[in-house]
Amino acid sequence: MTADRTVRMFGGSGELTAPEQSPTALEAIGLAKRYRGTWALRDCTMSVPAGRVIALVGPNGAGKSTFLHLVAGLITPTRGSVRVFGEPVGQRAEALARVAFLAQDKPLYDSFTVAEMLRFGHHLNPGWDDALARQRLAELDIPLNRKVGKLSGGQQAQVALTIAVAKQPDLLVMDEPLANLDPVARHDVMRSLMAAVAETQMTVVLSSHVVSDLTNACDWLVVLNRGQVQISGEVDELLATHRMLSGPAELADGVAARMPMISDSRSERQADLLARTGPGTPLLDPRWKASSVSLEELVLAYLRRPDTTSLPHPTLTISDR
Amino acid sequence: MIKLRLDPSSGVATYLQLVHQVKHALRLGVLMPGDRLPTIKEVVSDLAINPNTVAKAYRELEHEGLVVGRPGLGTFVQRSLGGGSTADHTRLCRDLARWVHDCREAGLDQGDMEALFASVLADSAQEGIA
Repeated sequence: MTADRTVRMFGGSGELTAPEQSPTALEAIGLAKRYRGTWALRDCTMSVPAGRVIALVGPNGAGKSTFLHLVAGLITPTRGSVRVFGEPVGQRAEALARVAFLAQDKPLYDSFTVAEMLRFGHHLNPGWDDALARQRLAELDIPLNRKVGKLSGGQQAQVALTIAVAKQPDLLVMDEPLANLDPVARHDVMRSLMAAVAETQMTVVLSSHVVSDLTNACDWLVVLNRGQVQISGEVDELLATHRMLSGPAELADGVAARMPMISDSRSERQADLLARTGPGTPLLDPRWKASSVSLEELVLAYLRRPDTTSLPHPTLTISDR
Repeated sequence: MIKLRLDPSSGVATYLQLVHQVKHALRLGVLMPGDRLPTIKEVVSDLAINPNTVAKAYRELEHEGLVVGRPGLGTFVQRSLGGGSTADHTRLCRDLARWVHDCREAGLDQGDMEALFASVLADSAQEGIA
């Protein structure tokens, strides 16, 4: 039912006329996936502009992997639709060539050498840039004649990332690219991913359940919780429109009535309210102090309150059922 | 070329941290007109941050007329920051060093000096308004 209304909201053709200047990279409408009796993803609707690095965040089992597999066209939705650069996923081979998918268990062959892995990638991908791949690996000091199984975890992640980038995709989808890496390797992988983004302007979606890894790297945040989109928005804007308000407990009810509260913690005298204040500083009694929150605090507060959402306006109207 | 850094605990937006650092370098003369800022790729492959963040910081600096982007070449310092001549700076720096010395003689520590300096600065700003 909701899906029907959604389609009408976006127009019959499914084309979203977004106010953003850049084209839409990723668009899901009423997207849902059921595995046997269980819904892994329920009614997921979002639209993300191109050229972004999108953090897909949520607790284990929230549907992150399922969503990414749907975007990459590796599984088909039970309901709803997903489009990449305006085109429905999984219908044309040319469209699939624009997307690179990096699975969670790094899809490398341990018995292959790095050079053989590159030949394999070259063979499978028409748009392959071999010079780019070799240059990246040289910069990272990864020997081409080494067997993949003999590389460190960080080096394997770099080889997998190199193969994905050499495919020259317009959209790079990465499922938990930083899982099982030590802090140095995580930072190194992020550094080389950001350099690749700076060079190619590709759109990236990556999932993680560790928000702090993504804070400075991602400029768009999508939070999935219990199979639904809870937040979708530009990181800077989310941070600018939420404030932690601290003040006297006896005045808290009045403040809480005026704007959406994400978290509400009160002691006898003091109240700490995480509020969606909107742009600008809210006009409050001077006894209140408004301070900015980190992305991690914001995500945690929302995850603890699955009934609250922060979504762009068209979607807000839809979910307001 | 300057190296940009981040302070994750500062609570200041990342792009503003970059803007502040470039301005600070301009004030101190670490960056001079004609100097090239690190490219966006250099900054992101160093700090692991989003390229759009660096672009936003550079746009802000360009908007203020401090730097200018030359396509294909990089971003270059257009003008320096900070009033007064170099000679004034040298003289004022010497006066301040003498003041710091006097403070230490009087038994003030760094925190005391900072508080004192901030309070005088605030008073003088007040007088300016009045």
